[in-house]
Amino acid sequence: MAVEISARGEVLTAVLIGEIDHHSAFYIRKEIDSAIELNMPSLLILDFERVTFMDSSGIGLVMGRYKTIAKRCGEVHVVGAKPQIYKVMKLSGLERLVRLEKCS
Amino acid sequence: MENKNSFSMTVLSKSVNESFVRSVVSAFALGLDPTVEEISDIKTAVSEAVTNCIVHAYKDTIGKIYISCEIKDNVLSVKIRDRGVGIENIEQAMEPLFTTSDDERAGLGFAVMESFMDSIKVRSAVGKGTTVLLKKHISVRYANKKQR
Ligand SMILES: Nc1ncnc2c1ncn2[C@@H]1O[C@H](COP(=O)(O)OP(=O)(O)O)[C@@H](O)[C@H]1O
Ligand SMILES: [Mg+2]
Repeated sequence: MAVEISARGEVLTAVLIGEIDHHSAFYIRKEIDSAIELNMPSLLILDFERVTFMDSSGIGLVMGRYKTIAKRCGEVHVVGAKPQIYKVMKLSGLERLVRLEKCS
Repeated sequence: MENKNSFSMTVLSKSVNESFVRSVVSAFALGLDPTVEEISDIKTAVSEAVTNCIVHAYKDTIGKIYISCEIKDNVLSVKIRDRGVGIENIEQAMEPLFTTSDDERAGLGFAVMESFMDSIKVRSAVGKGTTVLLKKHISVRYANKKQR
């Protein structure tokens, strides 16, 4: 599992690569949270295009980041979710909180 | 024509084993010629059950997780058992969004298992452990088989 993070003005983008489960979520969370603290973004883009597997730990991960960003009235966008990942996200009702875009 | 196979294994409740167990079980399920979606469903449900043993059953210790799998006709059964803390109120535990953890758990593990598999049975005794039995029927795809 890896995360590639880039900041541009108010926008922070995290490209997640590999499998997201309880084991890997811990590391991803740490990486993204330190970038949030450093950059204070108003928009966090979580790019799931290169995520090959995700269970409900991924929901916890997105929700947790949403809580932090929403405190500052920011937004979270999830992009590139493949069918398996989209299915897990739909089940959680996550799209009520974050903008959810399927993989095209 | 009877199609029957089984395997069982025991792993320690270490988080690296989450990906190990779901990979092994999904590889075993390939014997049923599932679709990509069916394999993903199985992987995700197994990942939830194993994670629960690690983060809940053996919260502050390392214990053994017992996995046994069976293919019979066109049904995959996966049994995941621990000897951990057990669940006091199973009905409540299975409600979506219910969690006893404050560590960014979404409380959706059982909801995923329920919706991605055909059936789920949970047995548990406080102080003794928990058994989760998951089943999924994989439909036969004759058309595909003939083409090979
Ligand atoms: N194997 C287990 N041993 C003990 N408690 C469990 C086990 N599996 C689930 N639970 C309990 O059921 C609750 C709900 O589980 P789940 O739906 O997977 O959500 P989460 O894991 O996100 O808390 C857990 O918070 C925990 O209290
Ligand atoms: Mg769980």
